[in-house]
Amino acid sequence: MNNEWPLWEVFIRGQHGMSHRHVGSLHAPDAEMAIKNARDVYTRRNEGVSIWVVEAANIAASSPSQKGPLYEPSESKVYRHPTFFDIPDDVGAM
Amino acid sequence: MYAQMIKTAGTGVKDSSEMTEQERHFQDRIDAGEKIEPKDWMPEDYRATLIRQIGQHAHSEIVGQLPEGNWITRAPTLERKAILLAKVQDEAGHGLYLYCAAETLGVSRDELTEMLLDGRMKYSSIFNYPTLNWADIGAVGWLVDGAAIMNQVPLQRTSYGPYSRAMIRICKEESFHQRQGYDIMMKMAQGTAAQKAMAQDALNRLWFPSLMMFGPSDKESVHSTQSMAWGIKINTNDELRQKFVDQTVPQAEYLGLTVPDEHLKWNDARGHYDFSEPDWDEFFDVLRGNGPCNKDRMAARNTAWDDGKWVRDGLLAHARKKNVSRMAAE
Amino acid sequence: MTHDEALLQFLLRMGDNTLILGHRVSEWCGHAPVLEEDIALANTALDLIGQTQLWLGLAADVQGDGKTADDMAFLRDAWDFRNVLLVEMPNGDFGQTLMRQFLFDAWHSIMLGRLITSSDPRVAEIAEKASKEVAYHLERSGDTVVGLADGTEESHARMQAALDYLYPYVGEMFLSDATDAEMVAAGIAPDPAGLRDEYDALVGRIVDTATLTLPDGRFTHKGGRDGRMHTEHLGHLLTQMQWLQRAYPGASW
Repeated sequence: MNNEWPLWEVFIRGQHGMSHRHVGSLHAPDAEMAIKNARDVYTRRNEGVSIWVVEAANIAASSPSQKGPLYEPSESKVYRHPTFFDIPDDVGAM
Repeated sequence: MYAQMIKTAGTGVKDSSEMTEQERHFQDRIDAGEKIEPKDWMPEDYRATLIRQIGQHAHSEIVGQLPEGNWITRAPTLERKAILLAKVQDEAGHGLYLYCAAETLGVSRDELTEMLLDGRMKYSSIFNYPTLNWADIGAVGWLVDGAAIMNQVPLQRTSYGPYSRAMIRICKEESFHQRQGYDIMMKMAQGTAAQKAMAQDALNRLWFPSLMMFGPSDKESVHSTQSMAWGIKINTNDELRQKFVDQTVPQAEYLGLTVPDEHLKWNDARGHYDFSEPDWDEFFDVLRGNGPCNKDRMAARNTAWDDGKWVRDGLLAHARKKNVSRMAAE
Repeated sequence: MTHDEALLQFLLRMGDNTLILGHRVSEWCGHAPVLEEDIALANTALDLIGQTQLWLGLAADVQGDGKTADDMAFLRDAWDFRNVLLVEMPNGDFGQTLMRQFLFDAWHSIMLGRLITSSDPRVAEIAEKASKEVAYHLERSGDTVVGLADGTEESHARMQAALDYLYPYVGEMFLSDATDAEMVAAGIAPDPAGLRDEYDALVGRIVDTATLTLPDGRFTHKGGRDGRMHTEHLGHLLTQMQWLQRAYPGASW
């Protein structure tokens, strides 16, 4: 049997109210140890206030070959961006 | 460098006309500065070369813990002990980040470790030199980390996404390493006669090995050319070595120390220092396993791995038991 | 014994414990069974070294002769050290190191919890900072002891051997003498003997979960916290730790 500790992906929320962000990976025998290891490995410089870990094998990811169908359609929806609309300067901040 | 003498897989740089459609598309993306990500198509040679390079880089961080770790229990003040320990711990962290980057290419950390331990993979030769006096800890930070940073800063732009991201994190953390080394050197150089002698002794022994870290001249190396085309090597060895010498010589002068090279001289016409080549016979000797510490370094890593097996197995067995009882309870 | 003499002894006991254990744990750097543990052990050692700077710095202040925490760490001889014997015991295998850590962390966390309400604000302040660090040390060492003891047959046997070897050094942490009486009277620190029940409950819980067996009997080795008789191990540790300061007196590093 393969006795390598599973790989975990680590997500950390920093001090300033931002979302959890992927910071890297590590190995651990289970989720509890993964959180502890994440604390020891990825918060040595005061980087975080909250840790998520997910076993890497449990992450579902989009496929690179789907890049076109998945993301290009949004490129033409320019009206979703505020800069699409010209508002006269006289109107003030909007 | 930390990843030195990486033999590129494959047969050299292909002309655009010799490439398959997929290969051309891949090369275009790299040329456009796009990052290659783990699930993207990539040439097998690119993957194999990256595994070698990132793996060797990771191994260097891990073996690199040993020469500095050699002085943790002898650090002369509580603060120096804490700084050194934090620094050597960072090396372990950097090894960890790099192993994780390599793992995205389909090789496991344990496989990479086994390849280091049985000699199939290498690590930077600089760590086969001993640390003999306390000033060596200063010199390692100043020279060895200085040389490493010179290589690592451009690698933040390397074409493989996970490697690039690991390097960004590493560079951010490394920024204190060289400074703490120079800080030790300043204390020593301004200290007692014995301390000055230690500082000079450290520079004498570590100067040329530091220059060797950039690897032999790559003027004719096909490996370098391919790696540069792939964007996994950014500068030539000679460029970086020159840059290192130009940067370091004034720092040595500031310390009042003598660089152990009688041919070292500022060249106005070139705008660079002229300097002696390191002894490349020595370099290849060390690479072949005949450095002062090769055997000891590998023995230390093998012992840690072998003695740690019961711990890794024990904690995993416990995790599996917990998992089983948790599932039974559900 | 004057109040200040007793306070100094107490501070040396706290600071020497963290100094010597921090040193021992730092010996692992670069040699641990797996990278994640290597990094975690270094964090523990760094916390302990930081606590040492605070305790021994305060001890030097109380001594009042212009010495520093470094002087206290690097220029005293073995008989001046006031750490309990447990922390100077050699690392042994990883299991022995973690068992030693757990047995000390359990005491340390209870002790620091009491010191937070010390009548001496300097002591309370150090305890406040250290107790957060030590709460994590205890969680980690406790979990690791459980994980290893309840792991494979081999890891279980090694953890039981570590417990058998180290348990006779536990009792020293709960001995009381005139120094402690003075600290209790001044409201600075609790009587160590009074911490034992809480300690036994905490350790008992982990030992049970870990499927280990506590050795019978309360025999304890002693001689560390009063400096009367350290183990042979301490002198060797000091020859390394103090070498540079001893060989080049007066140099600045």
